Amino acid sequence: MVRAVQVNRAGKRLGLLLVVLAVIWGLWEAVRALGIHYGWTWPFTVDATSMPHIHDMIWALFQRPNPQAPLLVVTLLKAAAFTAREAALGFAMGAVGGFVLGALLAHSRMRQRGFLPYVVASQTVPILAIAPMVVIWFTSVHVTPWVSVAVIASYLTFFPVAIATLRGLHAADHRAVELMRSYAASRWTVLWKLRFPTALPYLFSALKVSATASIVGAIIGESPSSIAGGLGGAILNFSQYYSFQPQNLWATNLIAALLGIAFFLVVVAAEKIVVRRAPEHVG
Amino acid sequence: MSVVEISGVTKEFKGGTVALQEIDLEIEQGEFVSLIGPSGCGKSTLLRIIGDLVEPTKGAAVVNGKPARQARRDHDYGIVFQDAVLYDWRTVAKNVALPLELAGWDRERRSKRVEEMLDLVELRGFGDHHPWQLSGGMQQRVAIARALSFDPPLLLMDEPFGALDEMTRERLNGELLGIWEASRSTVVFVTHSIAEAVFLSTRVVVMSPRPGRISKMIPVDLPQPRTTATREEPRFFELATEVREALHLGGHVELKV
Repeated sequence: MVRAVQVNRAGKRLGLLLVVLAVIWGLWEAVRALGIHYGWTWPFTVDATSMPHIHDMIWALFQRPNPQAPLLVVTLLKAAAFTAREAALGFAMGAVGGFVLGALLAHSRMRQRGFLPYVVASQTVPILAIAPMVVIWFTSVHVTPWVSVAVIASYLTFFPVAIATLRGLHAADHRAVELMRSYAASRWTVLWKLRFPTALPYLFSALKVSATASIVGAIIGESPSSIAGGLGGAILNFSQYYSFQPQNLWATNLIAALLGIAFFLVVVAAEKIVVRRAPEHVG
Repeated sequence: MSVVEISGVTKEFKGGTVALQEIDLEIEQGEFVSLIGPSGCGKSTLLRIIGDLVEPTKGAAVVNGKPARQARRDHDYGIVFQDAVLYDWRTVAKNVALPLELAGWDRERRSKRVEEMLDLVELRGFGDHHPWQLSGGMQQRVAIARALSFDPPLLLMDEPFGALDEMTRERLNGELLGIWEASRSTVVFVTHSIAEAVFLSTRVVVMSPRPGRISKMIPVDLPQPRTTATREEPRFFELATEVREALHLGGHVELKV
């Protein structure tokens, strides 16, 4: 009975997703058709190069970019796997580092006042400016290039986690803290049994942001490290041929987006297992 | 033997608000004492001073023959707040077991005690539920089970039924008295309901605000055990009137009758 209801609900959600996808598809094609018909030049000139057909993008996945090459989808999935490894390590390092940093800052107001501005400032420095330095430092100590890329990805992921941890560890209801005090619980016990579980929903919200950011970080980090095997390499490559084969770059973006969604879903699944909350609190 | 001894307690908050002034109060073993008064009379603050959750500016609280701080460290009291304050990520059983866990009880002893406690508050079979699956009244019963789980000699209750509807409140009043009789503990109960204070207590302490003072102590001589019929006895109304008049003399504000 319950199972049937769940299946039914999943079916409805899938249906909704497909409807939205169809609407987006329709809008894209409508704008394209109208733009070409009326010769729109704002905000950009609409033609077959700037807005290829969506079915062409998908079609391109199952073509060979040149006669010697394998199918595009094969190349791109390999690249995605390569980038996924960098992003996963970067995500893990960023999540752990961000959590530790957030916990250290949450522990003392002094540290917060002293360090938080620098943590914030770190995110205003463009990652493109930092990436080459990271690559140079790590290459000089003989770290494999993909690990340097992971470090660059972690630079984008630690920040949301640190801020969410800081906030989450302070989010416990003051009565709940009072209850712990009434049991004469140690600071460590309060942290472990109350503050940390309270922080988990905050933490997972940040991890969802970080999961997708880690993909972006990895893709951006690949170019200064001259790594060609990942999605970053593929994007650079196909953007050079954009005027001839725009659908190849779009197809690459599609795969990159799917990778981001996959990362996101992994975090959502982990959250479902770990976080036990009243249904209305799950966000 | 007195379980709570408060002598010359004054509490001044930052900014100069005097929440309590020169409070003396002694509570004997086995008593059920209600603190009643309008908002701002410091009744919750007084309860927290007994529990060493708030420190008095002057004076001292002695609980179970020791300074309040030592009593807190020795787990000499259980506390129940207006909200159940259950941890959402724990099941009902694990919420009840929380203080036992902190006191280092082993798993087997814990689960045996949790069963007993859930029986006591008539929630047998709800151990595996999560708090959000229970009604407000049931949640509050879990909070009571948690507060009593380690068998503390003293139970502190801060308007525990204030957020519940009148019918649930009356039913829980009856259940609480049953639990109190069974456990023979001492209860300090903060409320702003006159009917609740009279029905439950062996003694009602009436407080007045600004600064918080004890304006009258009213012993409640209604026979035990108390039932729904108690609420209809003439003596119940006499006592309620006495409490109401004491509150008015103390200068009342927004009272719930």
